[in-house]
Order: sequence, then structure tokens, then C-alpha cells
Amino acid sequence: MSENILSVRALRGSIAGQQVVEDVSFDVPSTGVTALLGRNGVGKTSTIKSILGLITRTGEVTFEGRRIDRMPTHKIVQLGIGYVPEDREIFSALTVAENLKLAERDAAPNREFIDELFPDLVQRAAQRAGTLSGGQQQMVSLARALLNTNKLLLVDEPTKGLAPRIVGEVANALETAARTVPILLVEQNLQVIRQLADRVVVLADGRVVFTGEADELLDDEDLITRLLGVHGDSAESSSAESSSAESSSAAAADSSTNEEVSV
Amino acid sequence: MSTIVLLLITGLGLGALYFLVASGLSLIYGLMGVLNFAHGSFLTLGAFIGWEVARRLSDGTWWTLGASMIAGAIIGAAFAAATEFFLIRPLYLRHIEQVLVTVGLALASVALFEGIWGTDPIYVVNPEWLGLTTEILGARIPNSRFLLIGCAALVLLAIVLFLKHTRYGLIIRAGVENRSMVTALGIDVRRAFTLVFAIGGAAAGLGGVLASVYYGYVSAHIGGSLLIFAFIVTVIGGLGSLAGAAVASVLVAVLQQFANYYLWGTGDLAVVLALAAVLLIRPQGLMGKSVR
Repeated sequence: MSENILSVRALRGSIAGQQVVEDVSFDVPSTGVTALLGRNGVGKTSTIKSILGLITRTGEVTFEGRRIDRMPTHKIVQLGIGYVPEDREIFSALTVAENLKLAERDAAPNREFIDELFPDLVQRAAQRAGTLSGGQQQMVSLARALLNTNKLLLVDEPTKGLAPRIVGEVANALETAARTVPILLVEQNLQVIRQLADRVVVLADGRVVFTGEADELLDDEDLITRLLGVHGDSAESSSAESSSAESSSAAAADSSTNEEVSV
Repeated sequence: MSTIVLLLITGLGLGALYFLVASGLSLIYGLMGVLNFAHGSFLTLGAFIGWEVARRLSDGTWWTLGASMIAGAIIGAAFAAATEFFLIRPLYLRHIEQVLVTVGLALASVALFEGIWGTDPIYVVNPEWLGLTTEILGARIPNSRFLLIGCAALVLLAIVLFLKHTRYGLIIRAGVENRSMVTALGIDVRRAFTLVFAIGGAAAGLGGVLASVYYGYVSAHIGGSLLIFAFIVTVIGGLGSLAGAAVASVLVAVLQQFANYYLWGTGDLAVVLALAAVLLIRPQGLMGKSVR
């Protein structure tokens, strides 16, 4: 086991006085992908936001041995933490180029890497980001994070609502990124988790209920059912409920590739 | 025909004044969610400092007026930046308290201005040309309106260029849309807050000097009376929309002028009715984004 780049201890988070993260403790190793899993509403996104200071939190968060739980969000990110939020949160009134320009933290951002990874964005540089498809918006969101040299990536549901073909592209992009930077990934798509995750942390009721190697969970149908609330077998059928309108037709055409579950 | 031309151009002149106040209000609300009731104080201070500069130089020359406008803009920016830094920033995300502190500052500053400059209006001396009229299509337009329209157009152009072509402009445009995501990109959005306040304050301070040209006097209440209409303009245009503020400034002022002339001096009532209509039909304003 490699050294941990991020350690979370007794993390509690609240939004408008409502406790959304109860008492979460886990570590993220300095290599590979750690998947943060759990049923809908258990506090996965809130945990990510608590780490970044985007919501009110208490507890101890250590990044590279340094406490960051009292730092403002922009300082935390400047330490080298890239963030890909749930629902993309691109700036719809700005162009693609402006979205990327805004995200540049480094003096020499990885523009060539981004252009190679997402060639479509090069052609659409002058297009308003709000007019892009869901998949293209996700590319912008990922590109914003990958543009800089990060020490850790926090990626929140990057394949949510995307067509299966785009899900594959996003997963491949993350796989490429994971070769050089550790990732804490919130994801609902079991196939993507299988492809990317080395390690899993499962939340229930705002607390960690399982940590271990990814295979340990993914190879155990009973454990998946108990912790994530689905059978591996039923994953495909539940994907139709959770997929967006954009992905539903494509999912019907190629349901075998869409092992998304409502985690 | 000449009456319509007169009302249209004088309406544009008044709209220019509204825009100089509303542009800052709109940007501040759009980026920070702060309803700044002290914005009129930036304008009033700008007007008084402009007058102080004018009376110390040679009153009634273009150079003096130019110096007054620059001084008004600078003092407006400084007052606004200080307000943001010392009063608004400690109350970040506490919007009720922010409103209360700006209301308090507005009341206190009027009392302070009255203490320094008195309660009576102080009449200003402007370049002679501004007191004359120019005939356009049979209408005799007061020349001061052309100055107001020209200055407001330049301010609009400058703000647009700043927002479009500078790093901070980009941050402000993004911040208006999603402030927390801007911080999540590693950007200290608080600097943009101070900058937006300073820009708004500069426009208001300039507006103060131009308001003294428009009304012919300076008083401690000059900002407060314009602020009411600037708020109406901001809401009608859409909170956070600079283009909305520009369009609504003209619409509100022209409506006001026409209603005053053709509907027995009911300009203010017409503006309030227009506000009510917009809030009922399109609550997000003409060019604002609807709340999801």
C-alpha cells in the first residue's frame, strides 16, 4: 500500500444547518483511483464538498500531511487539487475557450494534453459552453481539472446522465489521467467503477461502512446488494431509471455496455 | 414630432444617469448577492468631491469639469472598495446583515454629508455650453443631456471591454453565474468582489458629478433619490445583467418622461407600474436569468 495523499478523519458537513455528512473517516492513497460509493443521498457529493470547504464542515482533513480543513476553498485547490463537480457546473455563458482559460492555475497549463484528449473541444473553442451537449459539457468540466498539474483529482459522478458511448470516452480520459494523478471518484456506473477503481470506500447514512480493494466489493454480489442496494444483475435495468433523456435512447440500443446502478 | 424627439433625448439623458448607478448595483448583486443600499452614498460623495474640486479650480471650465468627474469617480471607487472591505466582507454570505449594514451606512453617510456640507442644495457652475440647447428635428435639447449620454456610453463600453478582455472580467462573468465554482477552480473571488464594488463606486461617483450637472446642484440627498430609480432599473433589467441595466435605464427614463408629459406628471407612478408588470410577467427581469 502506498502512502496516503489525503486523510479524512471524523468529517462532518452541513448545509443550511442540516447535517449531510455524519462522521466520515477514510484515506486516499497517492496512486490509483479510490471510488467513493453509496446509495443515493448518503452524502458522497457532500463529502467531496466538505473536503474542499464548499460546505460548512468540521473534522480533520489532511492533504500531503498538511491540515486543510481550515483553509478557504481556493487555497485548497491551489495546493494541487483538481475538482470535477457533479452536474459539470460549467459556465454556460462563457465560451469553451473562456471556461478553460479561467481554470488555468499553472503558468504552463497542459493545453496539448487537453487538445489530444478532447479534440472536439478545440473545434468548439468559440462556442458558448451552455449550448454544448451533456457529454461535451462533461469534457469541458474534465478538461478544466486536467489542464493543471494536480496532485489529486476529486471527480464527482462524471458519467451521470451521459450516453454509453460518451461514458466510455469519459472513463478512458479518467483512466489516462489516473496514470499520473490519484483520483477520488464518486461514481454510480458499476462498469466504470470496475474499469477505474483500485479501492472503494462505501458510505451509508453519512458514515463509512466499508473500505477495501475494489475487487473485494465488486466480486461479491451479496456485498453489492447489501451496501449499494442493487444486485449486479439488476444493474442494467436500474440504469434506465437513473439515466437522463439524453442517454436513454442510446442505452436501449446498447444496454449491455451500461451497467449503471442507482448507488 | 419635436416634442417626441425632446422627450426621447431627455429620456436618454436621464437614463444615462440611471445607468451609471444601476450598472454597479447590478454587477454587485450579480456577483455577490448583495443589495447595496449604500450605493447612493457613493454617488453623493462623488458629487460633493466633484464640487469641491471645481470650486478650488476655476469654476465653469471644461478642464474643471473633467477634473471633477475624475475626482468623483476616484473617490466613489475608494469609498465603495472600503465599504466592501471593511463592512461587507466580514458579513460574507450573511445577506440580511449585509443589507442592514448598507442601509445603516446610507443613513449615516447622509447625516455626515449634511454635517459637512449643510442641508441646503449647493448650486454648481458648469461650462456655458452645457446651459445652452441644440436644435434637433425642431426640438431644443439641453446640451447637458449629450454629456450624460456620451459619458454613460463610454462607461458602458469600458465595462464591457473590461469584462470581455481581462482576466478579472472573466472571473466576474463566471462569478455572476456560479461563484462557488469559481473558488473551486482555485480563484480568490474576494478580490473580484472588491474590484466590482470599486467599479460600481467609480461609475456612481462619476454619476454624482453628472447628476450635479443635470440638476444644477449638489445635496446630501441626491444619491438617495436616484438610488430608488436605479433599483427599479436593476430589477426590471434583471439582477446581475449589465445589458439589462442599460436597456432598462433607457426604457424607464423614457417612460417616465413621456408619462410626465402626456399623463399629467405621472412619470413616477408609470415607472412603479412598469416594475409591477415586469415582476408579475417576468420576475427575473428583461434580461436576467430565471431562478432554477
